[in-house]
Amino acid sequence: MKQSDKEQYLIEYEVLKKKGKPFFPYAVAKDSAMALVVVLVIVVMSLVLGAEQGPKVDPTTTTYVPRPEWYFFFLFELLRVIKPPELVPLATIGIPTICMVLLLLLPFYDRNPERRPQRRPIATTAGILTIIAMAYLTFLGAAAGTPTEIDLEVAAEYEPGKQVAAQSGCLACHKIGENGNDGPGPELTEIGARLPREAIARSLRNPPQGMPNFSGLPAEKFDDLTLFLASLDGE
Amino acid sequence: MPNPLKRPSRPGERSANGAGANGSNGASRGAQGVEAAKEGGGGLVGWVDERSGATGFLTGMMFRKVPKGTNWFYTLGSATLFAFTAQAITGVFLAMYYTPSPTEAYESITHLTNDVWMGEFVRGMHKWGATVMICLIFLHMGRTFFFGAYKYPRELNWVIGVVLLILTLVMGLTGYLLPFDQRSYWATVVANNITATGPVVGPYLADFLRAGPEVGATTIQRFYAIHMLLVPGLIAALIGAHMYLVVKLGTTAPPWLKAERPKNARKKTEVG
Ligand code: HEC
Ligand code: HEM
Repeated sequence: MKQSDKEQYLIEYEVLKKKGKPFFPYAVAKDSAMALVVVLVIVVMSLVLGAEQGPKVDPTTTTYVPRPEWYFFFLFELLRVIKPPELVPLATIGIPTICMVLLLLLPFYDRNPERRPQRRPIATTAGILTIIAMAYLTFLGAAAGTPTEIDLEVAAEYEPGKQVAAQSGCLACHKIGENGNDGPGPELTEIGARLPREAIARSLRNPPQGMPNFSGLPAEKFDDLTLFLASLDGE
Repeated sequence: MPNPLKRPSRPGERSANGAGANGSNGASRGAQGVEAAKEGGGGLVGWVDERSGATGFLTGMMFRKVPKGTNWFYTLGSATLFAFTAQAITGVFLAMYYTPSPTEAYESITHLTNDVWMGEFVRGMHKWGATVMICLIFLHMGRTFFFGAYKYPRELNWVIGVVLLILTLVMGLTGYLLPFDQRSYWATVVANNITATGPVVGPYLADFLRAGPEVGATTIQRFYAIHMLLVPGLIAALIGAHMYLVVKLGTTAPPWLKAERPKNARKKTEVG
């Protein structure tokens, strides 16, 4: 911004400010009305939605699908959109960091003195696209629900393992048959064709980046699980 | 004789545009000080004012003008501030009952929810208040973005705002673990694993947050300290800086309002 633009702005601002009204009572009245709305919304949400307590933490039985608060859905979904494992750190850390730096430095690279949204097509479009992208990712995250069912037809001996897989939250990050999310982990529908049972067990005990450790599962469940996964060879 | 009551000008005074604040051009200063000494005798307000100059600042702040066209979008910032205050208050009550230990955290929340009078209500307010605050902070940021309010001379306030946004998200993340139920535990495990994938500092940061081989006792204490001491303190301090700049620079006029050129526009570079 040139020095003349700055001076121009300050002069115009001074005029608009002189024509304005005093903060008290005019702005204070609006702010107070808004504060009242805010507190009412919070009270109503608290009364209607309550504060349920989930089941007590149990690091060994992992029957819970890890799900962040809704306002982190867009980050979580980003993980799913970006699939190749070598790009996972990019999705988890890279993109959010870049976005934050871009946001932080905004006033330093957008040096256009214009302020009207319709006269700043690039900034306004970028802003609207960002909002749409975040809303869409949040929606995807919300729609993904808490999957605990696997509809795959399997032989009776693999049923227990299927139940363990369904309850252990694998579907939050893996697709198995028709169920689960496509990422951040790879699809497991034909995992048996790719990895032998021991390798699958190894992945669960020493999980790759971005996956929780499942070595805490009771031995029997663990065996059922690996048996089930190894059976998924696409036949 | 040097006047003992002479004081440096305070932020509110200069931006008062003459509306209510004591004039503060150097010449009248000394006299004003003496005046304050004379008047200051009466009552508690007078006593405090004589020693702090608070009324000058407060009248300056309250009666400063807000530009023409200021509309409801301009309430989003103060609404965010209000939501933060509500979080602080409900948080204090929660802290009275909460125990940050993996063996007792869950039970202390059960006790708070089921036995304590209004316990569930206050917990609900804190939980949903977090959601409301996040919504408001994004809306407020959207307003300042689309109104071009981050441009000269308010760049610094935008930067402070972004840091406030990050800190608010950190509050959401650290608070989520504290109930120590399945949801919060596993979400934290994932968040921690994700942190560990970060370049260079990632693994160290994850180790620091987890404070042990697994998410557990030490993690919960660490998150508790971060959630109720460190980050709220930082947020409060930065809100102070944010508000200081808002009062000092004044809020923008809506971008579509153009001032007709004042007839004999004097060149005046003073801000505010
Ligand atoms: C929080 C997300 C998450 C959850 C929950 C999760 N995983 Fe994973 N998993 C991943 C990611 C990410 C990878 C791939 C990382 C890589 O390739 O580097 C992966 C990889 C794997 C692999 C190796 C696949 C291959 O092709 O090499 C197996 C097997 C696996 N997961 C099984 C499971 C099972 C079984 C469960 C449930 C008990 C589960 N995962 C739960 C994220 C998750
Ligand atoms: C804890 C969070 C925050 C609080 C309490 C807060 C509070 C406020 C208040 C009360 C105002 C006065 C004008 C208004 O209400 O619109 C304001 C202005 C401003 N805020 Fe924030 N804010 C917060 C976060 C942010 C964020 C995240 C940003 C952007 C990244 C931001 C950028 C700005 C800017 C640029 C102004 C000047 C606007 C103008 O002059 O029109 N603030 N803030």
